[in-house]
Amino acid sequence: MSTITGILRADGARAGRTRAALIALAATVAVVGAPFYFAPFQVFQLTMVLVYAVALAGLNLLVGHGGQISLGHGAFFAAGAYTAAVMLDRFDTGHLATLPVAAAGCFLLGLGFGVPALRLRGLYLALVTLSFAVFLPLLLKRLEPWTGGSMGLTVDKPQPPAWSGLAEDQWLYFLVLAVTAFALLVARNLLRSRVGRALLAVRDHESAAEVMGVRLSLHKTLAFAWSGMFAGVAGCLYTWVIGFVSPDSFSFVLSITLLAGLVVGGLASLYGPLLGAAFVMYVPNVAQDLSEAAPGVVFGLLIIAVMYVAPAGLAGLAGRIGSAAARRLPRTRTPDGTHTARPTPSGTSATSADPTPPEAEVQAQAEPVGAPPRTEEE
Amino acid sequence: MLTVDGITVRFGGITALDGVAFAVEAGSAVGLIGPNGAGKTTLFNCLTRRCTPDAGTVRYEGEDLLGLAPHAVARRGIARTFQNLGLFPRLTVRENVMVGAHTRGRAGHLAAALRLPRVRQEEARLRDQADELLRRLDLSDVADRPASGLPFGTLKRVELARALAVRPRLLLLDEPVNGLSHGEVDDFADLVRAIRQDFDLTLVVVEHHMGFVMGLCDRVVCLDFGRKIAEGPPEQVQRDPAVIEAYLGVAA
Repeated sequence: MSTITGILRADGARAGRTRAALIALAATVAVVGAPFYFAPFQVFQLTMVLVYAVALAGLNLLVGHGGQISLGHGAFFAAGAYTAAVMLDRFDTGHLATLPVAAAGCFLLGLGFGVPALRLRGLYLALVTLSFAVFLPLLLKRLEPWTGGSMGLTVDKPQPPAWSGLAEDQWLYFLVLAVTAFALLVARNLLRSRVGRALLAVRDHESAAEVMGVRLSLHKTLAFAWSGMFAGVAGCLYTWVIGFVSPDSFSFVLSITLLAGLVVGGLASLYGPLLGAAFVMYVPNVAQDLSEAAPGVVFGLLIIAVMYVAPAGLAGLAGRIGSAAARRLPRTRTPDGTHTARPTPSGTSATSADPTPPEAEVQAQAEPVGAPPRTEEE
Repeated sequence: MLTVDGITVRFGGITALDGVAFAVEAGSAVGLIGPNGAGKTTLFNCLTRRCTPDAGTVRYEGEDLLGLAPHAVARRGIARTFQNLGLFPRLTVRENVMVGAHTRGRAGHLAAALRLPRVRQEEARLRDQADELLRRLDLSDVADRPASGLPFGTLKRVELARALAVRPRLLLLDEPVNGLSHGEVDDFADLVRAIRQDFDLTLVVVEHHMGFVMGLCDRVVCLDFGRKIAEGPPEQVQRDPAVIEAYLGVAA
């Protein structure tokens, strides 16, 4: 009997792997095939989704996984974009050379912003980062000899090499796709390591993390640095794709839009940044279609609507729908139903000889671990 | 192994600890008792550098512990648990334990970002070690569950597993059995005795459950209003008039 269920379970695992491989293959085909199927403008939109996804992945490291907050990521984005634009415009370097410089520059900038993050938290940190976002566009206007002032800079877009036979928009799409894929891989690698666990631990319980030997200052400042670097890389890609930068493209509204996009997409989720990027890219257009007069209002209302329907963001919504579907079909999933049905907490407590007093159990479920114990009066 | 001498901590006008001194021999188990507000947890916080005393010294194996940065304490082989659980609620049980092994990994940010082969090997090693600890503490079933939402008794064991992942030589337990039922307290006491043997630990335990303290500890230190009022073997401290007075008050 046990061997049979064992075989079934192994079969189930293999089927799961095959399915995952098929999904990955289909996704790859769709992503690679998209620029040949869609019209140039739509390809451009998809490219911008990828650009925003990089910025949101960086913001996710900081806000979702690091538990800090930044309302200044538009400024990192702008710094990356201007680094690329100035390099292309004044020094005529190649496009590829701008990427590492923008990345390194924004990494250092983020490191600098990590220092106040050590002392401030929550709204105070948000305010400091917001001030950066407010101040940078004004600075860019002032530095006219370098940045072209309010007029901005127009730069060349990367041209497709003759051998590729691709149109400009397609070539841009693939360039950005490669950078985005690498960036998302780096973010995932970071999180799946000792470093990522340290970051999550600091978010969940700072002093316990420190007792376990996690150096708070190091991990918090580096979280900011990575996050700034991702935003800077996204800004650099933006310059490649748009070929034009001006201070007004990077007002503090961009920072807020990025944060809103991340929250809508799903904090601390792997796909959240991609979904959030699509939201940031497409929803303003939808809002424009719905109401010519006040697209901002429609955009805001849509954000509110999403947060009501999916409090954990769009990524969380997908997960919820998935588990709801799994609950609806418990019979069809068997015989290895044990595999899919998650054991209830009370089921696991049966392992200890004497079950926990129920009130302790309820409390443990209702409250975050480490929360101060409730007093009787409550 | 651990020598505490003349520790004084003041919070504003309140003196939480007033010249407390005691020593912990390697391999022994010392119980720290006293009524609420006696300064037991503050003392623990001094030992793990969560709080800096206004006066006094703490020496651990000849080294001045107060000269260390807070995150460096774990590397010296000191681990602790928290009074109200200090777990990471959104991490899985296994990840919680793996954070305990933080000081035993070396992967830096850059190596981790590129997932170099040595990072991969280190991850596999830490994961195996965490799984072994989880097996030892009978937690394998919940390894992939997030720490929030598990029963309190299980969480206490998860926290113990995480502390053991530090590979401590000195383990500080802050009220390890508070909130547990009678049966669970006995089980936990057996568990602590067994791991003390297996991992060759020196223990310092803050606990109000006298049965637990008396059954586990070789020596007991009793604090009251930040002062040490008694120290000695459990039976002796239990009979000490000053201790009885501190707990029950004196007849008018």
